[in-house]
Amino acid sequence: MMGRTIFIDPGRCIGCQACVSACRECDSHRGKSMIHLDYTDEGRSVASLPTVCMHCEDPVAPCAEVCPADAILVTADGVVQQADTTRCIGCANCVNACPFGVPKIDLQAKLQMKCNLCYDRTAYGLAPMCATVCPTGALFYGTVEELQAERPGVQVADTFVFGESEVRTGVAMVVPADKVQWPVPGGLPVVEVNGKDVRR
Amino acid sequence: MTADPRVADPRAAGPRAAGPRAAVPLDPSLAPPGTRAFRDAGGIPADQWHADQNGETLVPTHCCFCGVQCGMYLRVDRAGKVFGVEPRNHDINRMRLCPKGINAYQQVNHPDRLTAPLMRRSREEDFREVSWDEALDFTVAEIKRIQQTYGNDAFGLLGGASLFSEKTYLVGKFARVALKSRHVDYNGRLCMVSAAGANKLAFGIDRAGNPFSDILLTDCLLIAGSNVGECFPVMTQYVWGARDRGASLIVIDPRETAIARTADIHVALKPGTDSAFFNAVLNVVIEEGLTDETYLAAHATGWEEVKAKAAEYPPSRSAEICGVPAEQIVQVARTFARAPKAMAWHARGIEHHSQGVENCLAVINLCAATGHIGKPGAGYGTITGQGNGQGGREHGQKSDLLPGGRSIANEEHRRQICEIWGIEESELPPAGTSMMEMVWQMRRREIRGLIGICNNPFVSLPNYKVVKEGYDTTEFHAQFDFFLSETAANAHVVFPVTTWAEDEGVMANAEARVVKHNKAQDPPPGVRTDTWVMCELARRLGAGDKFAFAGSREVFDELRIASAGTVNDYYGITYERLEETGGIAWPCPSIDHPGTPRLFEDGRTYHPDGKIHMQVVDWHPPMDPYDDEHPMSLTTGRTVAHFLSGNQTRRLGALVEQTPRPWAEIHPSHGFRNGEPVRVVTRRGSEVFPALVTEAIRPDTVFIPYHWPVPTSANALTIDALDPRSKIPEYKVCACRIEHAEKIDEVPAPPAAPGHVAYPETQVSRTDPLPPTAPQGRGTSERS
Repeated sequence: MMGRTIFIDPGRCIGCQACVSACRECDSHRGKSMIHLDYTDEGRSVASLPTVCMHCEDPVAPCAEVCPADAILVTADGVVQQADTTRCIGCANCVNACPFGVPKIDLQAKLQMKCNLCYDRTAYGLAPMCATVCPTGALFYGTVEELQAERPGVQVADTFVFGESEVRTGVAMVVPADKVQWPVPGGLPVVEVNGKDVRR
Repeated sequence: MTADPRVADPRAAGPRAAGPRAAVPLDPSLAPPGTRAFRDAGGIPADQWHADQNGETLVPTHCCFCGVQCGMYLRVDRAGKVFGVEPRNHDINRMRLCPKGINAYQQVNHPDRLTAPLMRRSREEDFREVSWDEALDFTVAEIKRIQQTYGNDAFGLLGGASLFSEKTYLVGKFARVALKSRHVDYNGRLCMVSAAGANKLAFGIDRAGNPFSDILLTDCLLIAGSNVGECFPVMTQYVWGARDRGASLIVIDPRETAIARTADIHVALKPGTDSAFFNAVLNVVIEEGLTDETYLAAHATGWEEVKAKAAEYPPSRSAEICGVPAEQIVQVARTFARAPKAMAWHARGIEHHSQGVENCLAVINLCAATGHIGKPGAGYGTITGQGNGQGGREHGQKSDLLPGGRSIANEEHRRQICEIWGIEESELPPAGTSMMEMVWQMRRREIRGLIGICNNPFVSLPNYKVVKEGYDTTEFHAQFDFFLSETAANAHVVFPVTTWAEDEGVMANAEARVVKHNKAQDPPPGVRTDTWVMCELARRLGAGDKFAFAGSREVFDELRIASAGTVNDYYGITYERLEETGGIAWPCPSIDHPGTPRLFEDGRTYHPDGKIHMQVVDWHPPMDPYDDEHPMSLTTGRTVAHFLSGNQTRRLGALVEQTPRPWAEIHPSHGFRNGEPVRVVTRRGSEVFPALVTEAIRPDTVFIPYHWPVPTSANALTIDALDPRSKIPEYKVCACRIEHAEKIDEVPAPPAAPGHVAYPETQVSRTDPLPPTAPQGRGTSERS
């Protein structure tokens, strides 16, 4: 089973963006937040969820795979690091490759930046800043056993399908216990391409 | 980045070296705070950060904003300047922080800080920076001129509930002893006085009955009129904790808030109909035999009258008044009354009404009738909006109260305080009027001069036109603040005072837990503490011997003595004990007393007969009637990124980015598109906002957040009708209509500090390739 990692629980998210502010305050990225807050049903509900890097494991991070400059490195314990500043050419291949829409490009600096699971804090045994402050526990850092001890019956998923492809991730998502599917559908369904309904 | 034995050399590993992520063996003493392993390891080291290596120090303190009062560390650099924040494992928040708390530190060294007194002799002149002596002398001369010409009561004082309790004590004492004026009140009058009044009437004590931690023990949690997710985000962890253990959640709110979204029952009732709803719930409880008659017989008075009144509110009648299905009322009654342990928490949503006190009493009647009082996991609470909304009124800042919550109309109470203050009872003025009433008096020239401390009525009071006229009519107006607020910009003198990080003092949070804030840095040159300014003004007014305080500690020691023997007893609370314990709930009558986190455990209230005095509640319509021209309800509230009048948060880059402007939230049935300018018209005026079209609001209701000044100010539209008992304004409902508008007049924004001020030399560009999202994500998918 997975080790100490982040668990995302959209059911608990209140959209406050404390994670976004906390990430900005964290020393890792010096003033730039690496978290997106997404709204899943805009105009109908206030439902929201934070998106951090999912630290893909299998296949090895698509962002790293497509990087022409070998700038995105993956550590032995599975953390997909942000682009190495001495190698990154700001081409945005990683942005296009990521199935979760995570990496950002700083256009002026021509540099990719993304969540690196707060190495500067986890190295000291602290939780990443986002999961530490999250007022609701929508972001939880620990092992799955610790999560389940705190939230009896909680179910998590770390495998997602995108069409034909399947991605197993180092960061896991809490899914409703009564709706467990394996693997969990990832991304939004593609309905229309160039004005043509592709479902037919 | 530091060397860590767990971290393999990334270059050696190469981009394809990932394998299964193994559980890393963890030194228990380094278990991540907030996790089970951390607790199992004994909770140490509590929240150590690598402070030593960076040459920084961590000062334990609390957030300056809402009534949750989260513990936090302020990061202080080698030069003694606050430059960041670090979570703190305090009992209240267990490391959690909301975006306001995370960004709060940025105001300490913000470029907009006032660092010299500003003065002008008339409002036609521009401000000029002057010496402290000149500003103080001018202020004292104006106070004397006005009081000698028009009488002592022609000069008023308005305090604030974000001040430390020591300072709120001084505000009350300064008004009555140095100014000798009856006119003192505070902005907590806009916050939770309705709940305070109801609690005092029913229980003889003005505070929540249970600590936050009791929420985790309850089987049914009822939240009425509180957008917990945005106004008190850190409290959500208790709500979700209760849910994890199977508790039912009932939310009463006209909007589908983040909390309402996951509730078992969300009652989206029409604004201004809360007491009709709660009376009907009580009606069902009675009809279905779910009352706790044993409890009522032993511990309550007035039950028969309350029961008779509830009979007038069958669910069918209230369903029509409230605009909700009668079945929902029945469902709420059964869920709440049948739960072994149930709790009710409420906030401004039911308190900001011309019948705010009655709404709170209706909730108390329900708790009492079902016997859900004074037990772990069973009871009631009110969630304080301002950091010291609870403590701010306990020690004499409110117009009708003396320290210790004593009544200024009670002869015995007056004598006790006069003895402590060393004045004759004949010198102590009678009760004054409330904050809004003082503004009306300013407009009528009954109050000619005013000092405001830590408040911003130009944004926070209802009916802006009346407020502006009131302030413009004053002959002299001085304001204490650390930023030039909209109200300070109207003043003759502005005193630059400290932020919460530059002084020490206590606040009482929504649980009535007294916590200590510590000084993290020296104030900038030219800035003084509010305590110093009040004492210096008092000295120049000839009352220096009564204000010989060197700092907060001396004031607190006098406050402790002044509260001894009262219901609001602080005597046993000392700075040292607060440092050791992380907070003590009052009453705490002696040094060895542990404090009182939960009230009424012995079944006795603080009335002499020890009983709950249940009060009859009748519903009446809101004060602003609906008609063909104004058929809809306007309701106001807060957004998670901003605090109250926004004077503090509207300057902080990250929070401005998160929520840059207000909006009018409306239902799609009105045919407006998202982002389209809409004019919201009430009998006070009209303002234009971008529409935020969402199904998460009642079709007959419009919501506008109130943190901004004119020309996009919600409070330019709200009504200054007051609850007759608590004198709280009816912010949460007035009649309105919405129309198409051509364009929005943007608020001229004050300069915002960068989102992060810690590392300016390495800060990366803020260019963000991502498209902007709709504010708060509440927009419709049909983007215009």
